[in-house]
Amino acid sequence: MNGNGNNEMKEKLIIVGNGMAPGRMLEHLFEHAPDRYQVTIFNAEPRVNYDRIMLSPVLSGEKAFEEIVIHGDGWYIDHGITLYKGHKIVEIDREAKTVRSDHGVAESYDKLVIATGSVPFILPVPGNDMPGVLTYRDLDDVDAMILAAQSHAKAVVIGGGLLGLEAAAGLQLRGMDVTVLHLMPTLMERQLDPAAGYLLQRALEERGIKVKTKAETKAIIGKGKAEAVELADGSTIDADLVVMAAGIRPNAWLAKQAGLEMGRGIVVDHGMRTEDPDILAIGECAEVGGHTYGLVAPLYEMAKVAAAQLAGDTETAFVHSDTPTKLKVTGIDLFSIGDFADGDDREEIVLRDATAGVYKRLILKDNRIIGSVLYGETADGAWFNDLKKREVDVSEMRDTLIFGQAYQGSAPLDPMAAVAALPDDAEICGCNGVCKGKITGAIGSEGLKTLDHVRAHTKASASCGSCTGLVEQLIAATLGDAYKPNEIQPVCGCTELGHDEVRRLIKAKGLRTIPEVMQELEWKTSCGCAKCRPALNYYLVCDWPDEYADDYQSRFINERVHANIQKDGTYSVVPRMWGGVTNADQLRTIADVVDKYDIPTVKVTGGQRIDMLGIKKEDLPSVWGDLGKAGFVSGHAYAKGLRTVKTCVGTDWCRFGTQDSTGLGIRIEKFMWGSWTPAKVKMAVSGCPRNCAEATCKDVGVICTEAGFEIHFAGAAGLDIKGTEVLGHVETEDEAVEHIVALVQMYREQGHYLERIYKWVKRVGLDEVRQQIMEDHDKRIAFFDRFVFSQKFAQCDPWSERVSGKDKHEFKPMATLELEAAE
Amino acid sequence: MRWIEIGNLNDIPRRGARCVSTPAGKVAVFRTGNDRIFAMEDHCPHKGGPLSQGIVHGAAVTCPLHNWVISLENGQAMGADEGSVQTIPVKCEGETLFISLDQLSGERAA
Repeated sequence: MNGNGNNEMKEKLIIVGNGMAPGRMLEHLFEHAPDRYQVTIFNAEPRVNYDRIMLSPVLSGEKAFEEIVIHGDGWYIDHGITLYKGHKIVEIDREAKTVRSDHGVAESYDKLVIATGSVPFILPVPGNDMPGVLTYRDLDDVDAMILAAQSHAKAVVIGGGLLGLEAAAGLQLRGMDVTVLHLMPTLMERQLDPAAGYLLQRALEERGIKVKTKAETKAIIGKGKAEAVELADGSTIDADLVVMAAGIRPNAWLAKQAGLEMGRGIVVDHGMRTEDPDILAIGECAEVGGHTYGLVAPLYEMAKVAAAQLAGDTETAFVHSDTPTKLKVTGIDLFSIGDFADGDDREEIVLRDATAGVYKRLILKDNRIIGSVLYGETADGAWFNDLKKREVDVSEMRDTLIFGQAYQGSAPLDPMAAVAALPDDAEICGCNGVCKGKITGAIGSEGLKTLDHVRAHTKASASCGSCTGLVEQLIAATLGDAYKPNEIQPVCGCTELGHDEVRRLIKAKGLRTIPEVMQELEWKTSCGCAKCRPALNYYLVCDWPDEYADDYQSRFINERVHANIQKDGTYSVVPRMWGGVTNADQLRTIADVVDKYDIPTVKVTGGQRIDMLGIKKEDLPSVWGDLGKAGFVSGHAYAKGLRTVKTCVGTDWCRFGTQDSTGLGIRIEKFMWGSWTPAKVKMAVSGCPRNCAEATCKDVGVICTEAGFEIHFAGAAGLDIKGTEVLGHVETEDEAVEHIVALVQMYREQGHYLERIYKWVKRVGLDEVRQQIMEDHDKRIAFFDRFVFSQKFAQCDPWSERVSGKDKHEFKPMATLELEAAE
Repeated sequence: MRWIEIGNLNDIPRRGARCVSTPAGKVAVFRTGNDRIFAMEDHCPHKGGPLSQGIVHGAAVTCPLHNWVISLENGQAMGADEGSVQTIPVKCEGETLFISLDQLSGERAA
């Protein structure tokens, strides 16, 4: 902890703003001068530092806010930083060297860094302050947009630049009807030439986003809230939500009020110093060499320079460089850099492929690339950028230049060779300013072997992620044969062996306990880890059902206490309802339990069960006791095991039903409950091909027909979506049960721990499974018998066992200390 | 330092943990496979997950919510994650376990 101890000795550094630039500056500063400053941050936003360029994936739903946090609360504590969240600085007193916040907190400084970022440009039109008019700048804006999108109503985005288009794409993915209004004739005209702007517009329109160019907003109209946007040509467009994304301005009023020199932003020299020697400015609010910046790479460059300054190095200077533009809209590849205006002294090379939607343009001056626009195929962006930066004379390769790096030299280069051919100072990750040499250096010096390692150590591809492919190629090129992204993955860091080998050796060597496996298979750790122990426990349970004593300390908490842990540490409980069928007594019991234990949420699950959420751990055994009295047993909603068999009502009620689908579902569930499997198994039985039980996206599904039962398997409807494959057709219910059980047993014996059925099938092959289950009668019967044997030991209700006192240590605190005791 | 008795060593399963409720919040007490005892706040630095519910391996525990691995020896997050948990003094006399909350209550009071 740096924060404790000789604070009086340290200089006081105050930072106004807590965005990405000051966050990065502090990382550098703590590296170079860890103990020099006592740091205080005032953040007008009530939160920690997060990756603002990833707000678009949060808006579109592709990422959660938690995933884009750069510095969690712990980081501030570790570095002894005082962080005032939700405090806006309202005054700088340069004479007294103090700052004052809107909450009245005053602090003095030795050095002050202003990093107040930017503010959105609000069009000066009537109605711009009505409810329903938002900007796109921070997480609050994103939250407000997500909320508005829930109504699936109409949105108008004003501004067809980078930010506006990302907002439009995100809102559209959230289900809104989106129109983009852009003042200029083509989209993103500052980064794209008209041809690429046109292609982009077409791509957006194909996705259902309406684009209106040359559209000048005259007013936002509505009664009490935004209802429509009125354009200068007199037309109006309906809008329940209006997003202003017409640009940003440096947020410099604080510095202005303090009397510092102003241009567009706060004027600083190439060492990021303002005219006041004790005040620096960085980020979007700063103006250096007549430029202000909005993309992350130059802001990180400023951060580096300011950190050096604060550490006493006055030599490091900010150097202007062009930053490539990339649009973060999934499925649209776009890259531009430099200057691409027409001019007499310029030449251009253009490649168009209308069918493939590819457009490439290079702008040359004196045989050197000065600008480039790529649309649809952007792999060569890094190479063109590098040629531009190094001002390479391209006359030798002019004929083939536009085709990219792969076409240079005698033989076409593959992408790997292309990466290998890049010079060490070629930029790989634009966001974090990581060049090739830094990555290859770290791979060598730190012994990095995987993409995750490289991300953790160099930050390459850790921000927007668009250079991930390039980074992987670079790792492959550097490590050569040592990089094996597709090789057999070890179970975990505790062993070199893969799951298949471990499973094979457990059987071959007759290994019957976890310590025995670890000893015989030369585990590298004394007692494994949270990845391998649950896997080994499952393999042993599966292979030696009668002999192996289940090791509960190697089970994930949910399976250890037979309930699902929730984010606040409470649990949820799902009783079994065979085939999804229930009755008045059961429902009454559930209602009573909910009242008695004050259970906050009751919800129907996707598997036709009732979920009671928010139960305190201590209450679990008595909740189960009460449920058990009505005949409920565990629903295993927490298990890597048989979860649910969902059914439709079949011939009992349905006028289309062809078989007793409910009855078959219940029969399967009663036969198979309690079995542990590599990953969860969800099933369904539909009584006719209308498939109301949605059996064709399940791990195992049955579609009943007049002629019998069609058995399906290997579907998925989670992270991946995949329809099932047909295993085969059988005529009787008995046969259906026999085939399904044999299939699941085959999976139990061969699956890798946590590998769902569809992934296992992908690995071993559809035909192999069909052959063994449908065609090989003896094999099928053997699988079936082994499952039946295993069930003898698996089918005991874990809830009633715990009501009777098993594992009672799990549910009670070891001790409860009263206030007096602690005094 | 003031020691408070919390129970017997064998109340905690090997490679397991138990909770102690205190006025300053929940404390997780861990017992490793080779009978070393550790205690710390029952609160993962990441999202506050209950560490006492995690899988104990070596001298570390994996948080049940998002798999952060926390060293039992110093409370620091291991691997690429950053963060730390307040550790709590614990001792074993014979088979009787004691913890001290001086540090914890002191900090909360401050």
